[in-house]
Amino acid sequence: MNSKRLTTVTALCFLLPNFLGFCTFTLGPVVFSLGASFTNWNLMKTVPLRWVGFANYVKLVHEPKFWLYFVNTAYLMLGMPIAIAGSLFLAVLLSQKLRGVIVYRTLFYLPSFTAGVALLILWKALYNPSYGPINTLLGWFFDGVGLSGAELPEWLTSTKNLLALGYERVEIVANQLGLGARDAIIIMGIWTAVGGGNMLLYLAGISNIPQDLYEAADIDGASVWAKFRHVTWPQLAPTTFFIVIMSFIGGLQGGFEQARVMTLGGPAGTTTTLSYYIYIKAFEEFQIGYASSIAWVLFILVFSVTMLNWRFGSRYVNY
Amino acid sequence: MSTIRTPRGFGNWWVRKGRLNASHALLIALACTTLLPFTWMVLASFKPLNEVQQLNPIPSRWQQENYTEVLNSKDISFKKYYFNSIFVAGWVTLLCCLTSSMAGYAFARIRWPGRDHVFKLYLGTMMIPGVVMMIPNYTLMVKLHLLDSYVGLIVPAAFTAFGTFLLRQFMLTIPSSLDEAATMDGASHWRIYWDVILPLARPGLIVLAIFTFMGNYGSFFWPLILIKSEHLRTLPIGMLYFDTMYGKQTNLIMAASVMNIVPLIIVFIILQKYLVAGIQLGAVKG
Repeated sequence: MNSKRLTTVTALCFLLPNFLGFCTFTLGPVVFSLGASFTNWNLMKTVPLRWVGFANYVKLVHEPKFWLYFVNTAYLMLGMPIAIAGSLFLAVLLSQKLRGVIVYRTLFYLPSFTAGVALLILWKALYNPSYGPINTLLGWFFDGVGLSGAELPEWLTSTKNLLALGYERVEIVANQLGLGARDAIIIMGIWTAVGGGNMLLYLAGISNIPQDLYEAADIDGASVWAKFRHVTWPQLAPTTFFIVIMSFIGGLQGGFEQARVMTLGGPAGTTTTLSYYIYIKAFEEFQIGYASSIAWVLFILVFSVTMLNWRFGSRYVNY
Repeated sequence: MSTIRTPRGFGNWWVRKGRLNASHALLIALACTTLLPFTWMVLASFKPLNEVQQLNPIPSRWQQENYTEVLNSKDISFKKYYFNSIFVAGWVTLLCCLTSSMAGYAFARIRWPGRDHVFKLYLGTMMIPGVVMMIPNYTLMVKLHLLDSYVGLIVPAAFTAFGTFLLRQFMLTIPSSLDEAATMDGASHWRIYWDVILPLARPGLIVLAIFTFMGNYGSFFWPLILIKSEHLRTLPIGMLYFDTMYGKQTNLIMAASVMNIVPLIIVFIILQKYLVAGIQLGAVKG
């Protein structure tokens, strides 16, 4: 009895330093921000702090901007399947017994490892409509195929997009069809992510596939594609499932750095995502209460996607 | 059996060889595409300004002054920013590894009532978006007058549920016979933690240390909202302000970007064994 209590005390001593920090900077803030989302708390104004119930949430869903920013966030996630497929493709290529695999892997991993403000600034220069190398190359290409007059995309300064979404409310506007800021961010994102963590996860997944499955397929005379379709892909289902969940969670929270460094959320708010909107409300306009309510909506989105994926995924994974 | 297989295997060898060559060609092409933006950045960083906007890929004169100009800029002291980033990331890493390993020990190696519930609490917070915590943490820093300070940069970043989770998972894989034997010999929990478990958990600690350090070295959101003074800026924040001030001088901005990225590349090449293992470990256990 006594030694049991001693063990518990010892355990708590081990836990305490981390637990205190965890409560102060993680657990406490979560509860606190939920509370704050029901108030009119503003760091700037001298308006007395008041409990406003669901007013922030009601205001939020009636604000057209919020839905536009939600659509922006979703739009930026359209690159996800391409990036994931690319990661899988690279992993399959790299999992052959090739010379120099580590060199290739290092090169592909470079963008995601160096990702950050410096790379975003680099891409801002690459996308410059008048002297950026991307439009220079596109111009040469158009000249080469005899389309010299063709209009070049204006990338980060354009509200156009491949789904022809308008920027005043959620609607389709024909003259918005084209390549613009959001597409630029997607392309950059694919370049960054393809050789990143997901590729490494797929590589690990492939190396865990039992070799005799491939040997059996060889004896049956299966083609390369058949082996991929019937061995590699189903065997990688758990990995794919994990990657898709993590990408969704990341995507919903994404777009902050790109918006802050490259576009300041523009043009016309088309690159403002939910996380950048929270930043603006909380740390530029100091509307802590309102910003907290957006943060909680984001949390609920992340949570429900996780739940959906788990339900849907558990059916998928057990082959 | 072998007489049938030999010719087939031989034919396969040629098919395989051809496929490997095709794979190499494809991989080289893809690697070049990946490297293209980096190449442009390095070339632009050595160009005179007027040539950045021209189309020649190679600078007519390799202008190394771009780099000295960035380093000696009056308004932007990158040397200071390097120091700040390394200082902050170093302290966060130290605190994180120490407290996470202790908490991981409490979760993985000691039995106590309520343990699994507390652990679930840790797990549950891992899917909450960081920005949810960021707002109250900011107001907390305002209240404690820790805005614009090293302490404000370091302490809130140092206690992560993820670190505890990672090390707990790692410590679970260490055979329990080891600490049972140590207990027989009369060793206390502190002794077992320090002399038995920590050395065995070293691979996990290294992974956590690298990820914590790199994550905080490049951290953007928290320093951005917390730091107002020029002398406390970390590298990403310094880079952001440099871009705002020298926006038109692309060659200087590219030189600054190169200087930002090169240390990362060196660290990556040295530590890539651990990094690759770490990413894969995080997923397998997750």
